[in-house]
Amino acid sequence: MTPSTPTLLSIENLVVNFSSGRKTVHAVSGVSLQLNEGDTLGIVGESGCGKTTVGKATMQLVPSRSGSVSFDGHDLARLTRKELRRTRLGIQMIFQDPISSLNPRRKIRDIVAEPLDIWKTAEGAQREQIVRDALDNVGIDPDVALDRYPHEFSGGQCQRISIARALVMKPKVLICDEIVSALDVSVQAQILNLLQDLKARFGLSILFIAHDLAVVKNVSDRVAVMYLGRICEFAGSDELYSHPAHPYSEALLSAALEPDPSSDRSRIILTGEPPNPIDPPSGCRFRTRCPYAQDRCAEEEPVAQEISPGHSVACHFPLLRTNS
Amino acid sequence: MSLTPGLDRSASTDESALLEVCNASTTFATDRGSLRAVDDVSFVIKRGETLGIVGESGSGKTVLSRSILGLLPRSGVLQEGSIVFDGTEIVGAPDKLMRAIWGAKMAMVFQDPMASLNPVVRIGRQITESLRLHLDLDRSEAKATALSLLEQVGIPSPKERLRSYPFELSGGMRQRVMIAIALACSPKLLLADEPTTGLDVTVQAQILDLLSSLQKERHMSVILVSHDLGVVASRTDNIAVMYAGKVVEIAPTATLFSSMAMPYTKALVDSTPRLSQPSHLRLSPIEGRPPDMTTARQGCAFAPRCSFATDRCRSETPPLVTSPSNPLHRFACWNPLNSISIGESS
Amino acid sequence: MSSASSPRAQEPLLVEESLLNATRRRAFGVMFWICAGWIALVVLLALLASVLGLQNPTTENYDSLNQGPTLAHWFGTDDLGRDIFSRVVYGARVSLIVGFGAMVISMSIGASLALLAAYRRGKIDLLVSAASYVMLAFPALVAVIAIIAFWGHDLWKITLIIGVAGIPLVFRVVRAAALGYATRDFVVAAKTQGASDWRIITKEILPNVLPAMVSFFLIGVASVVILEGALAFLGLSVQPPTPSWGNMISESRTYLSQNPWLALFPSLAMILFLIALNLIGDTLRSALDHQEGKL
Repeated sequence: MTPSTPTLLSIENLVVNFSSGRKTVHAVSGVSLQLNEGDTLGIVGESGCGKTTVGKATMQLVPSRSGSVSFDGHDLARLTRKELRRTRLGIQMIFQDPISSLNPRRKIRDIVAEPLDIWKTAEGAQREQIVRDALDNVGIDPDVALDRYPHEFSGGQCQRISIARALVMKPKVLICDEIVSALDVSVQAQILNLLQDLKARFGLSILFIAHDLAVVKNVSDRVAVMYLGRICEFAGSDELYSHPAHPYSEALLSAALEPDPSSDRSRIILTGEPPNPIDPPSGCRFRTRCPYAQDRCAEEEPVAQEISPGHSVACHFPLLRTNS
Repeated sequence: MSLTPGLDRSASTDESALLEVCNASTTFATDRGSLRAVDDVSFVIKRGETLGIVGESGSGKTVLSRSILGLLPRSGVLQEGSIVFDGTEIVGAPDKLMRAIWGAKMAMVFQDPMASLNPVVRIGRQITESLRLHLDLDRSEAKATALSLLEQVGIPSPKERLRSYPFELSGGMRQRVMIAIALACSPKLLLADEPTTGLDVTVQAQILDLLSSLQKERHMSVILVSHDLGVVASRTDNIAVMYAGKVVEIAPTATLFSSMAMPYTKALVDSTPRLSQPSHLRLSPIEGRPPDMTTARQGCAFAPRCSFATDRCRSETPPLVTSPSNPLHRFACWNPLNSISIGESS
Repeated sequence: MSSASSPRAQEPLLVEESLLNATRRRAFGVMFWICAGWIALVVLLALLASVLGLQNPTTENYDSLNQGPTLAHWFGTDDLGRDIFSRVVYGARVSLIVGFGAMVISMSIGASLALLAAYRRGKIDLLVSAASYVMLAFPALVAVIAIIAFWGHDLWKITLIIGVAGIPLVFRVVRAAALGYATRDFVVAAKTQGASDWRIITKEILPNVLPAMVSFFLIGVASVVILEGALAFLGLSVQPPTPSWGNMISESRTYLSQNPWLALFPSLAMILFLIALNLIGDTLRSALDHQEGKL
């Protein structure tokens, strides 16, 4: 891969384990990703694949066992608490549940001004103006919203307010964790469009984490498919969706439901469910559900190999283009 | 008013109606005035047919399904019209009558299987309970039936699973158990309210396929309620689209997607991102939001958000009319899309 | 810029769900305000007792022993001719100081530990939770009686001992309430914006737990007032002639057949005070539950 623009956020060989009683949950096992300036990088996968943990470990909200996260030239794990608080302002996060993202006992004005108050960057009229602009940017009328509480707004509006708060400190990177999955379809489209607009306007780079394949495709330039703590395929988004090379990507795409009765494509229905990350399978982690698995898959862990420029896949028997 | 499925499945459906919903309305008393959550809804489901009900949150689809199940609270709720299930009037039916119907003739699967299963009772007993109650089976017969049900819903090593507690199963497996319980007494109607919301993509496909294969095998009628057009698109005979408590369009599934008449239906489809579209395609959201249902309104409820709205839309409520081109296609719109764009789209 | 509808107040938020578990907004109601007024009156009288020109509660007057209510003595006089009204008012001071004082001690220490434990989890939580279980396993009343009997029973010691004994209970209640908020996304959001732990605890978590704390505080005060009464009955509270509701009731036993007023007024004061506190606490709690339900 040869990034055309400089890399802004680089995750190298990230490993995150949680302890659950005496057992170890292998949440993320060796994930490397580069987010380039102005890029949107999608991470797609089913629940328990570790996509949310990648986002949290990037923010240093969960400790990583090994690997590094470097942002803007800083290795985040090596910073002191004080340095981290300051540096991390360059990355902001938006969450799945719009209601839980906003403190129910604070007015919208104070919620959006929170980072300004923490860092004492603006007071009085200047603070007010920044908050108003931030709300304006996300399509919320400040005159109506400022003195209200979160419960007076709909889910979509709360999500807009969350975005406004995240943008107040002018971050370079936005981590969006399932930000539209709790919203109605029509509202979901509003938020996705808003995100595209803000990205262009403020030169944001976005790490977009979601389970919905169509949503990820819509917003992302490049997409990583995760399964059980590992990345199994990584490619430009149109490339990945038209020529999936990993059997898991192929199955995931064919299981997706389209609002079109004629699109009932020949579907590969996976049997079973993802194995428990406490005891992941040997070799390739997908082999227990893979229709093409062979002995080698159990013995040897596949490493990512580039099958075409910018398209890499971690599979011993990738589905090559000639096949389809 | 009657709907015959337009798909090849029609060969296997017999023609009598199983469920007739006629001018059904459900009104709640709230602090801010009365709220008509379901507003004058009528449709018919034949035996063996699947109806998809699609709508956003607040569209009344959940309240409608609870009304059909007769599960609404008695106080503060006003139900009007009639809902006849297999010859029995559900509206105003006493609980005693409903208890004979629930489970035995009409069963349900909800979104959250963990909330529907009793967490401290083994799976086996939860299935056999209703078998013994409704079918009067003895212990060993019930157990054998439970075992075969778990097999039918595709649960691996069913014998061991009978002894499991709900928390020991994954979300998909729990939903399979819920389906097994629902099917225990071979109901005539299965009402599935968002049965796959919250499940993983690959598991969701499994559950929906399971539901439709069981439906064919057992010649059940199914109501599939979802916010997701994708969920209902390929597995239903007919689809009803709900907006602000009303059914605004109802048609055989293929007809609905090929020649939708109601601008809301089209807007809903257009706002959904598709795999077949290139990335970064700008989506067309529906601006604004659904109306406040407690305030009285004039005209079409969708008019404020509709790009085709005229003065008539804002003053007169459009009735549900039958399409001139297809007697099974009904919609509530003064300016249906096909007459507008009949030259452009084939 | 993508446009949005302007937000209106009282938009139906997830109309369907909120209807199915239909909860109605509950106004505080008349009873709440009567009770609040009563508590305010008691507190005011107790505070201003010395400037109201009441009769001295310890001045004995052998000309008017065991009188019923008269214009000169609204609640009558006791066996030593002391004015009962004045004694009830001064007695309220003791009950209020012990009740509110002890709960302030329990609340401030217990809630601080609870918020810290709920937010930081890990070792701090483990340690303080374990300590609270040990203290809760101890029969608190017996311990309080033993310590007071041994250490002496002046007002401040009693307040301090009851206050400390209440810490583990407050800790458990506030910790349980705070845990639900400490893991919410708005806390994570504040953290990623560089908020200090202190700021997160005081600005993000505390305001959400505060209503639960207030209602628990009021019900706690009621319990402590009862406890003080019980101690007084055992002769383990403030010593005569200083009046407290508890020791007035205790002393009235001897003269109950001659002068029932003696027992009636302090008992009535105490009962009404407790009912009012509990009712206010309950009303606040259900108002809080209702707000929670909306989220």
